[in-house]
Amino acid sequence: MKVSIKVNGTLYEREVEPRMLLVHFLREELGLTGTNVGCDTSQCGACNVHLNGQLVKSCTCLAVQADGGEVTTIEGLKSNGHLHPMQEAFWEKHGLQCGFCTPGMIMTSVALLQSNPHPTDEEIRHGLEGNLCRCTGYQNIVAAVKAAAGTK
Amino acid sequence: MYPSNFDYQRAASVADAIQKGSSDGAKFLAGGHSLLPALKLRLNEPESLVDIARLDALKGISVTGSSVRIGALATHAQIAGSADVKKHAPALASACGQVGDPAVRNRGTLGGNLAHTDPASDPPTVVLALGGKLHLQGSGGNRVVAAEDFFLDLFTTDLHPGELITAVEIPSIGQAKSAYAKMAHPASRYAVVGVCVVLEVSGGKCSKARVAVGGATPKATLSAAAANALVGSSLDTAALDAAAQALSADLSDVMGDVYAPEDYRRAMAGVYLKRAVRAAMG
Repeated sequence: MKVSIKVNGTLYEREVEPRMLLVHFLREELGLTGTNVGCDTSQCGACNVHLNGQLVKSCTCLAVQADGGEVTTIEGLKSNGHLHPMQEAFWEKHGLQCGFCTPGMIMTSVALLQSNPHPTDEEIRHGLEGNLCRCTGYQNIVAAVKAAAGTK
Repeated sequence: MYPSNFDYQRAASVADAIQKGSSDGAKFLAGGHSLLPALKLRLNEPESLVDIARLDALKGISVTGSSVRIGALATHAQIAGSADVKKHAPALASACGQVGDPAVRNRGTLGGNLAHTDPASDPPTVVLALGGKLHLQGSGGNRVVAAEDFFLDLFTTDLHPGELITAVEIPSIGQAKSAYAKMAHPASRYAVVGVCVVLEVSGGKCSKARVAVGGATPKATLSAAAANALVGSSLDTAALDAAAQALSADLSDVMGDVYAPEDYRRAMAGVYLKRAVRAAMG
């Protein structure tokens, strides 16, 4: 089936099998490998992207479901050669170690601040419930989100 | 993980969906958050998926008369954030806000959730406690089924092959109190036990009660025994203890696994009943 999906501002048209998952479309068809496949069972959030402005798990969405839609991945966050403030904050606060969960964490954190610009610690932790990190213990991730939100 | 191959068809209307869905081996696809994980694990290998997610007729939340009507395609996030649901069915808004995580709630739909009826899911328990009715449409016409007649067994409902949930109607709670209390599995956030109570109270006494349990049982289950133990009481500690005991004794079919054996879930059903009553009366 032919799909047209705008990814990070560029429209792509591809012929895909209906069973192709959005995450494979991004990684294998478009070469956008920043979005990771982690658990592949809708739990870990490593594959989180924005679809039509909403946070979604791209391992639990078919490419054909996203047909006609707009996707933002981690590669699409930077603007004019500058990292997104959330990326800067993760860097600054050392909100990562191995980095595998980081793209999903950042996409979730950006969506969180869009709906709640000044979250409390508890709201950040609840907001990140669907993203698993096996390195950091989350402490520095929460600190990064707080820093990006400009809260103390 | 890839699902096995299937044909993909996008429904142009509800009638078109029902026509396409009536062929052998067809399944409806809405948000896909129950179906796609099952397909990826090859627990289910449908020949075709009929995508209903773009049908506006199945979207939206509205208040008509004394009930709130929730389109089958309303997402958990939309329901959790809806002022109408918070006002008329607050326990459902609360439960939908506890499903999965933010990304799951953005895609998963109430209709899909109820059709799949995972025993560990939250919405079936609450729709049952609130006396919800499911509006169904199929090639044989339309019908309305009460929640207590809809949930039949583990992953099993009264839906006929090719039949579609179009909306869920929840009677407004009015002056009654309600709450959903859930023991979430620490990793998956699914309900190990979930209890929803709806209580009418007048003159300091409980005059009417409805108690539903999920998570622990193969399907969302009403307990008349627990409700009867609450009615007539002032919902004091002794009454809650009696109701908790009545609930634990009343559950005939309790599931167990390596995380939470049967006896534990049975005991926790009573504990979470007490928590739900206290939260409702908060």
